[in-house]
Amino acid sequence: MVAFPAFSVAAARALGGPEWLVERRVAAAEQLESTAWPTPAEEIWRYSRIDELDLSRYRPVPDADLGVAGDERAPGGGPWAMEAGAHAGLLVVRDGRVVRHELDPELEALGVRVCELATCGVDDEMRESLGAVVGDSTDAFTLLHDAFLPGGALISVPDGVVIDAPILVLHWCEGDGQASFPRTLVRAGRRSEVTVLERYGSPNTDHLVDAVTEIDAAPDAHVRYLSVQEHGPRTWHIGLQRARLGRDATLKTASVALGGDYARLRAEALLQGEGAESEMVAAYFGDGQQMLDFRTLQDHDAPRTRSALLFKGAVEDAASSVYSGLIRLREGAQKSEAYQTNRNLVLSEGASAESIPNLEILANDVKCSHGSTVGPIDDEQLYYLESRGIPPADAERLIVLGFFDDVFSRLPHGGLVASLRRTVIDKIEHRGGRSRGREQAAGRS
Amino acid sequence: MSTLRVDDLHAKVGTTEILRGVSFELSSGEVHVVMGPNGSGKSTLTHTLMGHRDYTVTAGSATIDGVELLGRSTWERAQAGLFAALQYPVEVPGVRVADLVGASLRARANGDDLAALDARVAVEAERLGVRDEFLERGVNDEFSGGEKKRLETLQLALLQPKFAILDEIDSGLDVDALRDVARRVEAMTTEAGLGVLAITHYARLLAELRPDRIHVMMAGRIVASGGPEIADRLEAVGYEGLAAELGIEALSVETPEAAPDPFLDNTMPASNPFAG
Repeated sequence: MVAFPAFSVAAARALGGPEWLVERRVAAAEQLESTAWPTPAEEIWRYSRIDELDLSRYRPVPDADLGVAGDERAPGGGPWAMEAGAHAGLLVVRDGRVVRHELDPELEALGVRVCELATCGVDDEMRESLGAVVGDSTDAFTLLHDAFLPGGALISVPDGVVIDAPILVLHWCEGDGQASFPRTLVRAGRRSEVTVLERYGSPNTDHLVDAVTEIDAAPDAHVRYLSVQEHGPRTWHIGLQRARLGRDATLKTASVALGGDYARLRAEALLQGEGAESEMVAAYFGDGQQMLDFRTLQDHDAPRTRSALLFKGAVEDAASSVYSGLIRLREGAQKSEAYQTNRNLVLSEGASAESIPNLEILANDVKCSHGSTVGPIDDEQLYYLESRGIPPADAERLIVLGFFDDVFSRLPHGGLVASLRRTVIDKIEHRGGRSRGREQAAGRS
Repeated sequence: MSTLRVDDLHAKVGTTEILRGVSFELSSGEVHVVMGPNGSGKSTLTHTLMGHRDYTVTAGSATIDGVELLGRSTWERAQAGLFAALQYPVEVPGVRVADLVGASLRARANGDDLAALDARVAVEAERLGVRDEFLERGVNDEFSGGEKKRLETLQLALLQPKFAILDEIDSGLDVDALRDVARRVEAMTTEAGLGVLAITHYARLLAELRPDRIHVMMAGRIVASGGPEIADRLEAVGYEGLAAELGIEALSVETPEAAPDPFLDNTMPASNPFAG
């Protein structure tokens, strides 16, 4: 690939931390050197804005700026934690480094870990599990991430432990011309239950976030996961969220994407144990010049597995969105079911949405379907509401909020719904009428 | 006392003139029924009065107490006191009936109504036999035909317009539902002075609503108006017989009526948890 001096092997080696982590970084940086940089010519990057990304514009957040545990400077941690309501644990992460972590002492006594992976003295088995879910799904951005990750938010739940309240991971990324690499590792033991909420935000700075979240659900584990992305208008976010499910494990993931300039999420669920079930939902709303880009994978590799996906998005102004999703039913996935639905509302003439569903079916006894729609608000719905005396602007707002309702009502953590609805309303009400993008003075987050 | 006055109304869909001079006058508390064969322009009358964008008025007027409705937007006509219970109520996922009625009342800046809205919804739902689950779902979202018509009537009762057009409110209703709906509508005519224009194919609605006046529509015009004897005559000779007696050649206007365009596709099998 083209060499970027700021992201060289030497730069990766220079970052501090425990020896195992440094070695891991260097190995990734070396592999990155021989990896081709992505282009829109590749199917997985088709319709993306990857050709606009000039990596030489960024450098990793310097070690000295990353902060230390107990650093209270992470904006957003405080108010967000309040807004999110009751929680069992909390991780505040600034530019990829955990700067504060809290956990209910009773859970700590049961062996639950909520801490910074690089410094909390994890054993060999746990450190080796870092990257195990990403596995062979590496690309240039996961390698770049592995070469520069400062550590990571670790959430580990032992076998049989059930946690009712959510564990919050509050990410704040800042620094003009800097890149950060937040990593989250969720390990749910056999018969455990856990709910994790990750929230990403940044101010109005030119910042690149290269994020990876791994979810490892052991047999019979039940994991609920919500990620909310509310970056400032100049932030680029390229994220991978990948989960592995053992026998009879269940996973409900939800993603909400509202911020950023270009924000991409690769969301993947690997159903590896018989009877595993995955539900993936997402809501996204792009305005201004934003592009929100989703690539999903429902990968069935065991019998009687089940997956359902519902991604719903809206675009207005000159914003665009991409949904590209693959259902893969491997030979061993007999008697499995997989469903995929993507619906898009296009609210302005200049906005656009791409929707590309794909199936790869290698088993012969499966149920599978996909469907997608892209279009404006239905005229007959508008007429119906107007015929009840509702002015057109109010009718549109109701219809758009109603459109997202089945995703919002499925969020694994309901505490944020009111604030997410407010952001959606704010976007609708400022359609075409707000100067945003690079000139905007401050991020919304 | 209010008056809805429609005078020599002409309207077209595309290039085809469907309404060819419709006139009637409806006062508060009255019930008028419009009957007519398929294609006679009954639903066009509803959508033209309500201001659907596919229907273009080419002549005539429609006023409530002298205030012209034509040329105003749909929501302004509704706020002026006109309501249409649609033949094919549209599914609006995620928008509950209380959201919808609340938005309408807010646009009217009627704070008192809003404060008591939940209680009023509950009372009306009970009166109309609308179960709670239908109040919690998006309006009409996977409702049966009868449930949709009950919900239209529920909205009518909550919004309290001066005049209501009921466009084939009897279609898709079983006997019990028809009675619930008709009784609620009739109560509104006596208690609140609602004026009703009920459009129907069928005589059975007449027995429930006991109209003051019946209009027969053919080929875009009202060709006969009168009391119950008109319905009796129709029962005896049918639309074709009545047309022959009146010396009318065409019963209908050659054009499809605007069909609903449901938002949902049907590509999902029933087992899909997100179907619909």
